[in-house]
Amino acid sequence: MNSIDSTPAKQGLASIEGSERTLYPYVTGTSVIGIKYKDGILIAADMGGSYGSTLRYKSVERIKPIGKHSLLGASGEISDFQEILKYLDELIVYDNMWDDGNSLGPKEVHNYLTRVMYNRRNKFNPLWNSLVLGGVKKGQKYLGMVSMIGVHFEDNHIATGFGNHLARPILREEWHENISFEDGVKLLEKCMRVLLYRDRSAINKLQIAKITESGVFVSQPYALKTFWGYSAFENPTKGAEGSW
Amino acid sequence: MTKAAIHVPPKGGFSFDLCRRNEMLAQNGLKPPCSFKKTGTTIVGLIFQDGVILGADTRATEGPIVADKNCEKIHYMAPNIYCCGAGTAADTEAVTDMVSSQLQLHRYHTGRESRVVTALSLLKSHLFNYQGHVSAALVLGGVDVTGPHLHTIYPHGSTDTLPFATMGSGSLAAMAVFESKYKEGLTRDEGIQLVSEAICSGIFNDLGSGSNVDVCVITKGHKEYLRNHQQPNPRTYVSSKGYSFVKGHTEVLTTKITPLKEKVEVIEGGDAMEE
Repeated sequence: MNSIDSTPAKQGLASIEGSERTLYPYVTGTSVIGIKYKDGILIAADMGGSYGSTLRYKSVERIKPIGKHSLLGASGEISDFQEILKYLDELIVYDNMWDDGNSLGPKEVHNYLTRVMYNRRNKFNPLWNSLVLGGVKKGQKYLGMVSMIGVHFEDNHIATGFGNHLARPILREEWHENISFEDGVKLLEKCMRVLLYRDRSAINKLQIAKITESGVFVSQPYALKTFWGYSAFENPTKGAEGSW
Repeated sequence: MTKAAIHVPPKGGFSFDLCRRNEMLAQNGLKPPCSFKKTGTTIVGLIFQDGVILGADTRATEGPIVADKNCEKIHYMAPNIYCCGAGTAADTEAVTDMVSSQLQLHRYHTGRESRVVTALSLLKSHLFNYQGHVSAALVLGGVDVTGPHLHTIYPHGSTDTLPFATMGSGSLAAMAVFESKYKEGLTRDEGIQLVSEAICSGIFNDLGSGSNVDVCVITKGHKEYLRNHQQPNPRTYVSSKGYSFVKGHTEVLTTKITPLKEKVEVIEGGDAMEE
């Protein structure tokens, strides 16, 4: 009885064949964290693509270089991320064809992405991503974010997804201007470790990407060391028999 | 049907009689009452080498408004057991008060110091009984004969036994601090420092938490309730002159003087009142 009532309502903005707008994400990536450091930008993301509650893909590269000056990291729907990469590829190629010695910097790419995301949101067909855009052009460091509804801003440190709640407090405390490369990587790893412990869709296989004036460098995937050796974990109900 | 129905005394607990009527009202467009006083909160606890340290912020919210800037979220349960509460303020207060008095009666009955697992069992069975409708999320900590204990209790009645725990809306911000900085065998000062840091992380990164930091240190045979241990949100712009308004500050527009007439005429030498 209930199914007959609900189907006509669902077809409000959908055609008879099926819905032609994004209703929910399917294969998703979890948080991305980015920080500005002394020589440029550092972005970290793990390599997991979850299909609902299953960890379906374990080698998804969620950080990609864009042109000469930018790095894009994305969380959310992976297929929408791939679509965005296609759009950006078109954009960069078109820009290169001018062959005028000028190239699109991170600020321009960020603006382009904002327009794309906001326009799709207005059509009620969003690209289900939170994008982190970082880059260096002519010595100017830039780090910004665009959400799936087109909210965009620029900051010294960015976090998406669960990173908003778990990584941002740590970044606010411990980030400082002109942080060195080693300290920056340590800070990112600290945040990624907390996310690994407390985000159910995180996996222990991450990449850190660096962009400076001289170019882009994406690290090989590696794992973080975790600590489970608390004595309280060994026998949690030692003094509280029957509890759990 | 007989008119004289048997009067059944109301059974204890919640009465769901009005649910149907509430649903009907909601369907007809009536908005339910805005929000009850909650303690959108950051509460934490950790075990250090000599015992347990509990911490809490002091903001109580009613929807988007801060109802109480400096409330107490660390509740007394027993001389050696304290409990932090998050969720609906009335529920946390009532539940901790109730179990606290039950523990006192139990102490009189047995003649022994209360154990943390006793409080734990009383709280979790009460909350489970109410199937999550009593919205109280608690961090219970104390030191008894069997050692230091720290437990978290969820509104539906499940519990965890942990070396460090956080609850409330600011729990993720506080947990980020704990996960990166906690280690076993902390000293008292290190423990208080870490707890304060975690609460401050909640205060500054979560909108539901704010104001000051309360800390409670419980060790074997001794407890220290550090109310407002840190006050990281002072009132900064207080006028040094205070509020003194000299006559002439406000412009007088009109003056009207109305003499009060005496309504009663006193007759001298009248009859004395009867006793």
